[in-house]
Amino acid sequence: MLHLGSFQQLQQKTASSALASAETPDWPARFRKLAASARDGRLKAFYSAGAVSADTPLSAVPLMALDIETTGLDPTHDGIVSIGLVPLRLDRIRASASRLWIVKPRVPLLEASVSLHGITHSQLESAPDLIDILDDFLVAIAGHVLVVHCRAIERQFLNGALRPRIGETIEFPVIDTMELEARLHRRKPPGLIARLFGGKPLLSIRLAASRRRYGLPRYRLHHALTDALASAELLQAQVAHRFSPETALGELWK
Amino acid sequence: MHDEQIEILDFLRRYPPFAELPEETLQQVARSVDVRYFKAGTRIVEFGEAALAWHVVRSGAVEIFRRNGSLYNRLTEGGYFGEFGLLHRKRVRFPATALEDTLLYLIPEPVFTELFENNEHFADAVEIEDRTRLRQVMSRREDANQLMSATVSVLIGRAPVMLGRRATAIDAARRMSEEGVSSLLIVDEPLAGLAPPRMAGVITDRDIRIRLVAEGLGYDTPVSEIMSCDPVAVEHNQLVFEAMLQMLRHNVHHLPVLKHQRPIGVIALSDLLRYESRNSLFVVSSIFRQRSVDELAALTGDVRACFSRMVTEDASSRMIGSAMAVIGRSFKQRLLELAEETLGPPPLLYCFLALGSMARQEQLIVTDQDNALILDNRFEPARHDDYFQALAHFVCDGLARCGYSTCTGEVMATNLKWRQPLQQWQRYFSEWIEQPTPQSLLDSAIFFDLDGVWGETKWVDELQALISRKARGNTRFLACMARNALLRTPPLGFFKDFVVESDGRHSGAINLKRRGTAPLSDLIRVHALAIGSSSRNSFERLRDIIDAEILPRGRGQDLHDALEFVSTVRIRNQAADLAAGIDPDNSIEPESLSDFERKSLRDAFLILSNSQKYLKYRYQPGRSV
Repeated sequence: MLHLGSFQQLQQKTASSALASAETPDWPARFRKLAASARDGRLKAFYSAGAVSADTPLSAVPLMALDIETTGLDPTHDGIVSIGLVPLRLDRIRASASRLWIVKPRVPLLEASVSLHGITHSQLESAPDLIDILDDFLVAIAGHVLVVHCRAIERQFLNGALRPRIGETIEFPVIDTMELEARLHRRKPPGLIARLFGGKPLLSIRLAASRRRYGLPRYRLHHALTDALASAELLQAQVAHRFSPETALGELWK
Repeated sequence: MHDEQIEILDFLRRYPPFAELPEETLQQVARSVDVRYFKAGTRIVEFGEAALAWHVVRSGAVEIFRRNGSLYNRLTEGGYFGEFGLLHRKRVRFPATALEDTLLYLIPEPVFTELFENNEHFADAVEIEDRTRLRQVMSRREDANQLMSATVSVLIGRAPVMLGRRATAIDAARRMSEEGVSSLLIVDEPLAGLAPPRMAGVITDRDIRIRLVAEGLGYDTPVSEIMSCDPVAVEHNQLVFEAMLQMLRHNVHHLPVLKHQRPIGVIALSDLLRYESRNSLFVVSSIFRQRSVDELAALTGDVRACFSRMVTEDASSRMIGSAMAVIGRSFKQRLLELAEETLGPPPLLYCFLALGSMARQEQLIVTDQDNALILDNRFEPARHDDYFQALAHFVCDGLARCGYSTCTGEVMATNLKWRQPLQQWQRYFSEWIEQPTPQSLLDSAIFFDLDGVWGETKWVDELQALISRKARGNTRFLACMARNALLRTPPLGFFKDFVVESDGRHSGAINLKRRGTAPLSDLIRVHALAIGSSSRNSFERLRDIIDAEILPRGRGQDLHDALEFVSTVRIRNQAADLAAGIDPDNSIEPESLSDFERKSLRDAFLILSNSQKYLKYRYQPGRSV
């Protein structure tokens, strides 16, 4: 995932919103409603596949790690260049069944982002538009709970791409590995005394730093498949250390 | 490329089983990988469950256990496990547990099997049996050493020039001139010209000068009267360096080469020089030129240089061990000559003995002097011991000055207990063998590797015959020896920069003699005694043991490879110490070992460990052997 300057703000927002209002929808009910209201046939099919209920134990949840690489940082102007998916269950990451789409954004590609995600102009020349792979993408994630690191970004970019193409946006349940880290390391905003006397610096909850805390290897990030795999591994580590296979999905998802 | 799991791909590429795979195959493998995470302390696979994937450690650490729960191996990043199960009945053979938080890459069984079957490098690297892998390592090394492990037959340049035994001296001289040779083989007359004739003796230029001309005999004297009968010979399939040792031992410059007891050629010292490390020969000859202990002591540097050079030339441990033993032996011989010059002629016949590694011809650069004296049975301490005590001190002190440190166990000729007449030695051995106790055998084990260095060496053969006769099949004695051979055990392997003991503890360094070569030669000695072998060298003993078929199939070769590999690492370590200007020792730190050495050492340790178990089983008290 591409996240530079705005990341800090997003991080703060995500963390504080997680603490303030944990308004997780009743996803199965929400999906039934959306299936009825969606106009696009592909979206309708996606919602009709249903959602797992909140009381499902984690071990039984079909999960799908997702990462999106973009041309830049602004969801309203920048476009998607690649989408990576890695299916997993709690006991195994099925990297062998991962999917990657390179798509042609409707905005120009900047040199700065090329150096980051490594996708070049020539690769994009022959790539399809997101609309051409939308069906495949939605079929692949249907029935799964998505796993991302920083859900705000993925969601905003996806919707930023869908709105001009199909005139609708998408909703789906997500486990956000960054938010799970935030719960541990951002529980209390530092008090006055702590702020006055320096306190402990905040631990980073970015992907690489979070992985390091669980003894996971260093990956070269900013490749949609690597990042998706990296989030999938992080979730496995988080569950192994802090939850259990019997933990209800509802405790983790948003 | 962009649809690859590049992290997985790049990781696999770094490790030996995958390093040689074609790019396309490697990409297919990377695409097939699934990933699992295990928190420290959790079980990864259980014994007996279906083996569905091959596991590669991406990060963290894993412990592999035997079925009985004992630790089998400890792996870190790049380590792998599960191949046993995949290749045998598709069931997990060795349960595994995460020692640290661990991320594993799983390669599914069909992909693994296809790699294993279609890719030789891959199969070599993950070979199912550790011992098989070591065998491959050793055979590749042996191939690389072809020159050094050449057999005598490659040195034969021409058919031997032969003459019947009824020919005369002048016939011999003419024939030698015609053929331009300095020696002739004298043979029995052929039987109706069928089989090649048998060798009767050898005649050389020197024989004609000394035994004919100087003696004033006529030119028509039959060659059979001036030839050397039953000359020292070598078999065509003996190693070149063995021929060299024969020449040194018997002080001859020509060796007939026999095949099925018929001569097929003659090799000369000059032939050998082209092939063999001439260095050890030069050291030996300079030893015999030195006039005093001081001069001998000054050769220590040459000995070390010779050792280092043989290591550089990739000589096998067996060659180096033999060369060092010959050098050690030569020091003793020269010191004894000097002693006799100083003390006068000995009042009685005696034999000077080498014991332990020198007798086994497995001597390295760091070595104790272990020696003893056998005296004539007419020995009377009051009349004779002053002389022999002085002789013993002369030699042992001299050896100490030449770099052979005195034996901490006092196994030296200076110790009255080990300076005794032959009949006393016969009593010693009889007692050790017939009334064995673990303690008495612990102290005396070194005497079961004995070699005569000087004087009445035939007494050593008598003692050796007595040992063979009494030890063979002697259950009680062998059980005691076996028990002692199990006292020193190998470690399990290596983990990061530590040595892993079989109980899981870590240590910083390993003594490769105490934990490797010594227990190997102890174990080989027990089997050798059990079959009454009179060989002294561990590799020769192994050959006898293999021929006697007392080991499970293939285990003799395994032991051979294990001994050769551990010795090689030990030798190289000592050579590295010498090169670095530090005193060589037998201790080795894991960080100085390559991945390859670690893996192969572990294989060797496993062979030793399994062989010790077999030894314990085979020679348990009360079991007939």
